[in-house]
Amino acid sequence: MSTVVLLAVTGLGLSALYFLIASGLSLVFGLADVLNFAHGWFLTVGAYAAYWATPKVGFAGGVVAGVLAGAGVAALVELVMIRPLYKRTIAQVLVTVGLSLAGVALFQALFSPDARIFPSPKWTQQVVGFLGARVPVKSLLLIAGAVVVLAALLAFLRWTRYGLIIRAGVENREMVTALGIDVRKAFTLVFAIGGAAAGLAGALGGVYFESVSPTGGASLLIFAFIVVVIGGMGSITGSAVAAVAVGLLQQFVNYYGSAGAGDVCAVALLAIVLLTRRQARQA
Amino acid sequence: MSILQVRDLNVVLSGLSILQGVSFDVAPTGVTVLLGRNGVGKTTTLRAILGLAPGIGSVTFDGADILGRRTHELVQKGLGYVPEDRCVFAGLTVAENLRLAERTKNSAYELVFELFPELKKRASQRAGSLSGGQQQMLALGRVLLTENRLLLVDEPTKGLAPKVVTEVADALARVAVRVPILLVEQNLAVVRRLAGDAVVLAAGQVAWTGGASELLSDHDLTKSLLGVGSHS
Ligand SMILES: Nc1ncnc2c1ncn2[C@@H]1O[C@H](COP(=O)(O)OP(=O)(O)OP(=O)(O)O)[C@@H](O)[C@H]1O
Ligand SMILES: [Mg+2]
Repeated sequence: MSTVVLLAVTGLGLSALYFLIASGLSLVFGLADVLNFAHGWFLTVGAYAAYWATPKVGFAGGVVAGVLAGAGVAALVELVMIRPLYKRTIAQVLVTVGLSLAGVALFQALFSPDARIFPSPKWTQQVVGFLGARVPVKSLLLIAGAVVVLAALLAFLRWTRYGLIIRAGVENREMVTALGIDVRKAFTLVFAIGGAAAGLAGALGGVYFESVSPTGGASLLIFAFIVVVIGGMGSITGSAVAAVAVGLLQQFVNYYGSAGAGDVCAVALLAIVLLTRRQARQA
Repeated sequence: MSILQVRDLNVVLSGLSILQGVSFDVAPTGVTVLLGRNGVGKTTTLRAILGLAPGIGSVTFDGADILGRRTHELVQKGLGYVPEDRCVFAGLTVAENLRLAERTKNSAYELVFELFPELKKRASQRAGSLSGGQQQMLALGRVLLTENRLLLVDEPTKGLAPKVVTEVADALARVAVRVPILLVEQNLAVVRRLAGDAVVLAAGQVAWTGGASELLSDHDLTKSLLGVGSHS
C-alpha cells in the first residue's frame, strides 16, 4: 500500500511538471495556432535563472526569477520572432525549432554542456510521512505549484476580460477581431503566461531532478506535447487531466514493468486516444 | 454623399478570381441590400470591406480609404459586422458574448434587451445551446451594444422560422432608423419591407443597381437576376 502511495505521489509530481509545460503550449496553440517547439527552452531559461539567482537571493527569490525569466523571454520571442510570421505556419515551426536548438547551444556555451547541481534548499530533498508512506517533499512541491497554477489560470480565464478574449479566440479568432478587439495583444499575453508556467517548471524541475542542464526543457517538451494532444488543444482542464493520466501511467509502468516501458505506454496512450477520437468522429 | 463607396474591388481566393471589379455605393441612411444568387460573392464582398478577405481596389468609408486596414481598427471606427453563420461563441454564455463586444462603459444594453428580451432571460445560458433564431438575436445584439456608423449584416434570416424572420426584420427596421445598413438578404419579403437601394451581383460583378422596389416590381428582371419570382 505504501508503495502505491509513493508511486502515486511521485507520478503526480511528474504530472505536475508536464502540466506546467503543457498548459502554456496548449493555450498558445489553441489561440494563436502556433506549434511552439521553443516552449521547452522557456523551461530551460527558467531553470538556469533560478539556478543563478537562488545562491544570491534564496530559493523563493530564485523561483520568482525563473518565472519572470520564462515570461519575459517568451513574450520577447513572440514579439520579435513569431509575430512577423503569423499565418505562415511552416516558417513558424522552422523558427521555433531553430530557436530551441540555438537555445540549447547558448546555454552550453554560457555554462557548460554538462548538467549542473541545482542549489536546492535542504528541506526540499527530504521525505515526509503521507498516508502511511514516506514521500519526497520535492514531489509535493511540484504538485502544489501545479495546483496553484491551474487554479490561477482557470480564474484568469473565467473572470478577466483577457481571459474572456482568450476563450473566445480559441473558438473563433476571426470573429474576435470582427468585434473590434486586437487579438494579437492576447497572443503576447498568452506567450508570457505560458513562459511563466514553463519558467516555474524549470525552477521546480531543478529541485526535482536536483540539477539543471541545457537540454532539460527539450526532453520534457515531448511528453508535454503528448499531454496537449490528449487533453485537447486550448483546454486547460484537458491538459490537467491528461497530465495526471500520463504521469501516473509512466510512473506505475516503469516500476511494475521495466524501466522505460512507461514512456512507451505514454505514446501508446496517445495513439489510443487519437484512434478512438477519430472513430467517435466517424460514428 | 454615400457612407461607403466600393470601387473596382477585386478578390482572389485560393487562386480563383471571386470578385472582378465590383463598384457600388451605400446610402448614408436606411438599408442598402446586396442581392444575388448563391455563390456570386456577396459574403466575400462584405469580408473584403472588413479586411477579412484580401481585396484590391478601393473602399472608402466615411471619406477614408480603408482597404487593407486591420479588421479590429475598422470595427472600432464604427463598422459593425453580423456574419452569415452568426458566429456566436458557443462555449461562452449569452452574457459573456455580449460583454466581449463592449467597447465603452455605456454600452446600449437597454436597447439590446428591449429589442431582444430573450437575451436578458437567457443571460447565463451557453450560446451554443441557443436556437438558431436566438443565436441570430445574440449576433445582432452584440453589434448593437456599441455605436456604429454602418452595419454589415449577412443573411440574418437564413434558416429561421417565419415568426422569427418577422422579429429579426422588425429589429433591423428599428435599427435602420438610426444606422445605415448594408444587408445581404435572400428573403424578398424582407427586402421589400426594408430596402431602399439594391445592388445585384452576378458572377463576381455588379449586374444591376437601382431602387429595391423598382427591382421587385419587375417580375421578369427579378427572375433573370435572382432566379426567383418576386411575388412568391
Ligand atoms: N476561401 C475560399 N477559397 C476559394 N473559394 C472561395 C473561398 N471562399 C469563398 N469561395 C468561393 O467564392 C464564391 C463566392 O462565395 P460567397 O460566400 O461570397 O458567396 P455568397 O454570394 O455569399 O453565397 P451564398 O448566397 O451562398 O451565401 C463561391 O463560389 C465560393 O465557393
Ligand atoms: Mg454568403
